[in-house]
Amino acid sequence: MKPLDPRLLRYARSTRGFMAVAVVLGVLTAILVIIQARLLSDVIVRVTSEGATWAEVRDVVVLIATVFAGRALLLWLSEVAAVRASAKAKQQLREAAVEHVLALGPAGPGATAPGETAALVTRGVDALDGYYARYLPQLVLAVIVPVAVLLTVLGQDLLSTVIIAVTLPLIPVFMALIGMYTKSRVDRQWRTLAVLSGHFLDLVSGLPTLVVFGRAKTQVAAIRAIGDRYRSTTMGVLRVSFLSSLALELLATLSVALVAVSVGLRLAEGQITYPVALFVLLLAPEAYLPLRLVGQHFHAAAEGLGAADRVFTILETPVPTGGDVRLAPGPVAIVVDDLVVSYPERSTPALAGVTFTAVPGTVTAIVGGSGGGKSTLLNAILGFVPSTSGRVGVRVDDAPAVDITSLDLASWRARIAWLPQRAHLPAADLGATPSVADAVRLRGADVSDADLWQALTDAGIADEVRALPAGLETRLAEDGSGLSVGQLQRLCLARALLTPADVVLLDEPTAALDPASEAAVAAAVARLAARGATVIVVAHRPALVDIAHQLVRLEPAADAGASSIHAGPGQVAEVVEGW
Amino acid sequence: MVTTRPRGPVRTLWAGMSGQRAELAGAGVLGAIASASAVALLGTSAWLIATAAEMPPVLTLTVAAVMVRFLALSRALFRYGERLVGHDAAFRGLTELRVTVYRNLERLAPSGLAAFGRGDLLARLVADVDAALDLPLRVILPWLQAVLVAGVTVAFLGWLLPGAGVAVGVLSVVALAAVPWLVARTARSAEERMAPARAELSATVVRAFDATPEIAAFGSQGTATARVAAIDDGLTRLNARESFALGFGGGIGVLVQGAAVVAAIVVAVPAVTAGTIEPVWLAVVALLPLALFDVLAGLPASALAYQRLRGSAVRIQEIELTPSPVVPPAHPQPLPDAFSGLRLHRVAAGWTADVDTVSGLDLDIQPGQRVAVVGPSGSGKSTLAAVLMGFLPYRGSMLLSGVEARATDGDDLRRVVGLLAQQAHIFDTTVADNVRIGDPHASDADLARALGAAQLDAWVASLPEGTDTTVGSFGIGVSGGERQRIALARLLLADRPVVVLDEPTEHLDGPTADALMATLDVALADRTVVLITHRLIGLEGFDRIVELGAGRIVAQGTHDELVARDGWYAQQWRLESERQDMAALLPTLPIGRGAPGPVVT
Repeated sequence: MKPLDPRLLRYARSTRGFMAVAVVLGVLTAILVIIQARLLSDVIVRVTSEGATWAEVRDVVVLIATVFAGRALLLWLSEVAAVRASAKAKQQLREAAVEHVLALGPAGPGATAPGETAALVTRGVDALDGYYARYLPQLVLAVIVPVAVLLTVLGQDLLSTVIIAVTLPLIPVFMALIGMYTKSRVDRQWRTLAVLSGHFLDLVSGLPTLVVFGRAKTQVAAIRAIGDRYRSTTMGVLRVSFLSSLALELLATLSVALVAVSVGLRLAEGQITYPVALFVLLLAPEAYLPLRLVGQHFHAAAEGLGAADRVFTILETPVPTGGDVRLAPGPVAIVVDDLVVSYPERSTPALAGVTFTAVPGTVTAIVGGSGGGKSTLLNAILGFVPSTSGRVGVRVDDAPAVDITSLDLASWRARIAWLPQRAHLPAADLGATPSVADAVRLRGADVSDADLWQALTDAGIADEVRALPAGLETRLAEDGSGLSVGQLQRLCLARALLTPADVVLLDEPTAALDPASEAAVAAAVARLAARGATVIVVAHRPALVDIAHQLVRLEPAADAGASSIHAGPGQVAEVVEGW
Repeated sequence: MVTTRPRGPVRTLWAGMSGQRAELAGAGVLGAIASASAVALLGTSAWLIATAAEMPPVLTLTVAAVMVRFLALSRALFRYGERLVGHDAAFRGLTELRVTVYRNLERLAPSGLAAFGRGDLLARLVADVDAALDLPLRVILPWLQAVLVAGVTVAFLGWLLPGAGVAVGVLSVVALAAVPWLVARTARSAEERMAPARAELSATVVRAFDATPEIAAFGSQGTATARVAAIDDGLTRLNARESFALGFGGGIGVLVQGAAVVAAIVVAVPAVTAGTIEPVWLAVVALLPLALFDVLAGLPASALAYQRLRGSAVRIQEIELTPSPVVPPAHPQPLPDAFSGLRLHRVAAGWTADVDTVSGLDLDIQPGQRVAVVGPSGSGKSTLAAVLMGFLPYRGSMLLSGVEARATDGDDLRRVVGLLAQQAHIFDTTVADNVRIGDPHASDADLARALGAAQLDAWVASLPEGTDTTVGSFGIGVSGGERQRIALARLLLADRPVVVLDEPTEHLDGPTADALMATLDVALADRTVVLITHRLIGLEGFDRIVELGAGRIVAQGTHDELVARDGWYAQQWRLESERQDMAALLPTLPIGRGAPGPVVT
């Protein structure tokens, strides 16, 4: 949380224009404030000591009114400029973050902690408003304005200039010291806030379960406890930040009081004149104000900076980009060679040396108990999880196999149709309530209705779609309510079947189906292979095993020592090597 | 400002934050003293210098000189006090509001929550509730102290020079009420669209992250980002409009300040000339409004904060106004201690008020019986489960131990009937705490037994910290099978006489599913079991199988009776048993062997 983080400044670059305008407006305002002080002291002195009448000062009062009008206009304009400046910077940062999170895929923060990550890129980034709209422009003003005020005072009274010049630099020194101390506390607060936000979403998603066990009402105590922790953590941070404002405010107001008393006493002794004394009194606070505002705006921006740090942590997580090799068109064989995948948080590898080859026109069924790494295997083929050792290669015709790490991943995934285990049905444009047709067409918007119906028929859902109130145009609720889990699953399957692809990866496509539907799906999967696709299917139930040309059995490493199978290319359904 | 509408959404919000009024009033007074000190500081300094200009003996200035220093101190110290007390009160109120909102959601759960999607819930609970912090801090406190300081300053000016008091008083009212009102009005349409736009942004982002696998695999990052950008663009436009309003309000505020200073001068200068007041007071009369209106300058921002809150408040109120799906009885009838049977007579129910998903259900379940409910997808099995759990209102009669279910308290009903849901929720806490939701007071031995019965002991042993390992989004990942088994352990720990199993083996692979069903047979042997399933294997031992079709009972009887009837059940069962025979071969395959499969042609 540096006061001037170069990473944040990079996003400020696009809004330089608005920032410059904000600074110019700030300088103009300062000039008007100096003129206003001059005019006010002028009127007061002339009436009090020179006995001037209303008629004699009327022109000056009109000028004062004009100055106020000018300040009003400047304030309005600078507000508009400031918000424009921050909106653009925030928007760019947010888009970069969303894009990066999505690119990190199912192993990244978007899939593992969607609630926390979403809060970060929405509210977290919004909290940068204070940084871009107020803090940055004020930082520039804090350098220009005090110097201007100081020079004006210097022309009037040397001693006041000295008092201000000595106390003024103490403010940034104080701020730096306090800032260093606050940093760790703010970091901790953001973490607590994130956990709290996750906790709330967790409780709400789990409400049905809590209700079943009659535990929903008792969670109120947990919310209170977490709320209290949130309050005490936040107050811990705030106490420090308020104390720092107290120090700065004391420094500034006491310095102004010092100037006021000093000019007052010297005036009484005749060392300076009345107009000078009054003018200096009105000007002195203006020297401190910009610096105090910097401190104030910095504290306001602090939450945003904590969030920004976490956003940058995500942005700096490398995306497994792969290389730039694009596969030639044609059927694709997948060569998995002694593949090992370990997750840092698990002691045993998820995959420990898996070897097999899936060739075009065949179905490979992945079978085995829970936790055997079946989904991990699909993620590795998709390039979402890097291999710890060994490799996943792809081969078109008789060309040598290419390691997927050297493939252009976007173009590689474009060759794959995939049904994840917990599938969602987002519309292509992420609309809240996509129509059935939009959701199923996710990739190919130009798919004909005939093809769409064929896919729905293959997935065994066509009749149910026909029975929906608006058929294909029926809107799906965000959480898929209105459809059963089984129907949702089959729509996702239809989507996978509809996607033109050389490689088809299906993770438990029949999990939510009754036997009749299951048989229909199995037949559709077999047809995909018959048309030349390379099909790899995670099978929990026999129907899909029936149609497989090759079985890959994976068991948890702890049970079986290693999960492995060997079946050579072109030797489908033949035992090459047991172990 | 706070009182624009009786029982308006902001009122409701304020009521939800409850308590802490005294603490907040204290903060307001502290803040008012701080602001008044700032005003008095300039007034006293002005008097000091104006008096000094007449070159009196220095001694006459001492009191003023001390006062200037004192006011400088008190301004900073009281501001510090206000912030501490005010923020503490506000955060306490925030916790209260979270509780209030949660209670309302709890009232709706689970069947009434379907209308609010998950992303939207996140926005509602976190963003809207957090936004409520601004109500005490940025609306009530600034306004409260502005009123107090303006009152004191105007009274003092009026005592000094009545004309100036009247002029500044009138302009204060403009700054206190008219300017904020103008800002609120100008910003209103922008703000009213802002909260939904922010919620939409949040919902879209959550939706995108939820669908990360699909989006990454189908290469639609571009579209997703474009969608987020489009919503952001809209937000930026609304922001610009809002800043226009805020700047406008601020500008008017400066104009009013100028008017007050000029008015004070216009009244005071002739008064000095006429000798009505002493010349030294001119500086005070002319400069006090300058300081006073600096204090009032923050009000446009607080009007904007109020307006911003309103959108969030409306959405929080929406939850409050949503009727409960099941109305709890005013005088719930107690259930007898011992379960003596469940009898449904002509029961009809549905997820929306106007459409019945099931109807005409007659079912009689005796204690200790094991009943399976089967049928194709969409035949109403899950609706029946929801009715049995007391989640849905029903017509007809459902007698639980002889007591009409709708006349009992839902929690009492669920102390008799337990549920293992299709997709049970795993909380972001330890394995032990997840299971203890079934019974918070269970001993470690009970816990271990429940985990063992759910076949989780080996898995738990492999975890780094055993049952104290955190699972969920802040802990280690849990596979679909483990998830379901944790839920089963939870149910076993809860020890309910009647157990509804809603597709318990849904996400388990064949062998594990079979093993789990076998365990269920043992673990639930002395209980009444209602198994909802589309998996027809292993139902031979059930006392009764109920076949649902299109929301009605098509047939019921034992396995043999239904097979003899040769309907849907018999056909499906034969189909599945053939496959079962095949599947039985699977575990006999050694790991590492490919085997040919029959290819469907």
